[in-house]
Amino acid sequence: MIWDKNETLPEEENKQLQLDKLQYIVDYVYKRVPFYKKKLDKAGLKPSSIKTLNDLRLIPFTTKDDFRVNYPFGLFAVPLKQVVRIHSSSGTTGKPIVVGYTQRDVEVWKNLVARFIVAGGVTAEDIAQVSFGYGLFTGGFGLHYGLEKVGVTVIPISSGNTKRQVMLMKDYGVTVLIGTPSYVLHIADVMKNEGINPKRDLKLRVGLFGAEPWTENMRKRIEIELNIKAYDNYGLSEVIGPGVAGECSAQHGMHIFEDHFIAEIVDPKTGELLPEGECGELVLTTLTKEALPVLRYRTGDITRIYREKCSCGRTTIKMDKPIGRTDDMLIIRGVNIFPSQVEEVLCSIEGVSPHYQIVVDREGAMDVMEIWVEMTEKMFFDEMRKQRLLVERIRDELRSALGISVGVKLVEPGTVKRSEGKAKRVIDKRRI
Amino acid sequence: MCRIAQLSVFIENKKGRFAHVVQLLGEKDVNIRAMSLADTVDFGILRFVVDKPDVAYSILKENGLIVRKDEVLAMEVEDKPGGLAKLLQSITKQDLSVEYMYTFNNVLSGKAVMIFRFEDTVEAIERLKEIGVGLLPSDYFWGI
Repeated sequence: MIWDKNETLPEEENKQLQLDKLQYIVDYVYKRVPFYKKKLDKAGLKPSSIKTLNDLRLIPFTTKDDFRVNYPFGLFAVPLKQVVRIHSSSGTTGKPIVVGYTQRDVEVWKNLVARFIVAGGVTAEDIAQVSFGYGLFTGGFGLHYGLEKVGVTVIPISSGNTKRQVMLMKDYGVTVLIGTPSYVLHIADVMKNEGINPKRDLKLRVGLFGAEPWTENMRKRIEIELNIKAYDNYGLSEVIGPGVAGECSAQHGMHIFEDHFIAEIVDPKTGELLPEGECGELVLTTLTKEALPVLRYRTGDITRIYREKCSCGRTTIKMDKPIGRTDDMLIIRGVNIFPSQVEEVLCSIEGVSPHYQIVVDREGAMDVMEIWVEMTEKMFFDEMRKQRLLVERIRDELRSALGISVGVKLVEPGTVKRSEGKAKRVIDKRRI
Repeated sequence: MCRIAQLSVFIENKKGRFAHVVQLLGEKDVNIRAMSLADTVDFGILRFVVDKPDVAYSILKENGLIVRKDEVLAMEVEDKPGGLAKLLQSITKQDLSVEYMYTFNNVLSGKAVMIFRFEDTVEAIERLKEIGVGLLPSDYFWGI
């Protein structure tokens, strides 16, 4: 099912619509947000300078730092009286990033989330368990209201208390699971320990997972372990939360909801605009938000955008699963590495655990990277020869995928900290 | 029944892990008959033959350890110089591949016992019978 007719607009019509909205929003923030007025003035721009969609590139970027400098409400375009909801990022370093929504924003957001919910084949007949954390994080409430909009029965269990998650899933006949991929894997492990076989004991059929980068091989793992179809969706609080893009039944790229957001890809180092199809940092401009519009926001997510004819009938531009965040990118002996590349390799080897930790350290002047892989029964041998062969195989495959040699250490189960939200894959001891 | 259950446990090469495993067994009144540890810098594979393999298997699993059960064969060797050499010669003659082996001394009988993990246990049983090598029954390890 397609939720909104705008998802199937012909390209030209869509571009006209985008231009109208872009001209409106630039004018809107210029008049309402001193930060943007200053920025545009400094660049010698007036709202009337935006004559075509290409003129968007004239506008300077907005960054995470701009949010911090204008903490808490400096980027808001409406008085707080009109703001009905505040969310914010966890803010692991320094001040959190604060975002706000007007009544209309909340309404728009619900409908955007509804788009990817129905794109994954979920209907009002379904029962959904939302295992995203509820609270300041946009994931929980974002999915919650979107699901209700579609008419799905929502179980707002939030994250944590995994045994209870499994019990409710079974007892309530849950058909749709929402969560971060790393937490979902943990839920699958607990299920195994509790002796629950998803195929036999559960009615689960669809997973809508997001909020962190995950790989295609991880998807396959989760789909097999839980006997479901797993769909990816994309969003970030600074832009709106979940509901920027989502996968359809084709499971081949996420449709970006172009009537609400303009996506660009830039070189993360130089900021230079890259052509469609090339990999770089995603930059987003909101076209319809009232409380907190953003112009050319540097998301930090590395991906590519492209147009292709999709079997689902949607005509929007697509984005790949992000391979990682610019902040998560490790530079080891001069080579750029994303944790997702490690995950892709581990998940491709039969029996090897998807629970891993990347430990980076410096020995002398040399960066060393060690991958801790949790042991599973399927990868355990009583013969040392076979056990070592497996370690060597993992090491070889990582070396050929990453382009540098890394250490591989087998660790006992439970060593890698289980995440209930976004997984922390890297321990970088070099900074200490 | 000459197939003997052997348990293997994965342990990280960290202080106290080995002690933890044997303590779990001790608490359940499981007696370790024979044991061997193969280790690397990072991890070790602890293998043992116990008097109550099923109890041992479940207690280790319940405690979140990585365990596996395999079959090994046990043979008596004369506890004197050249005893083992003689046995190994016969095994080599029969063209059997040994993955690893370890010893167990039965103080009561005054005999040494060798525990063998062959690549192919079924084949090993047949070939060893052909040349009259006596395989110890599994209950040999239960009642000592």
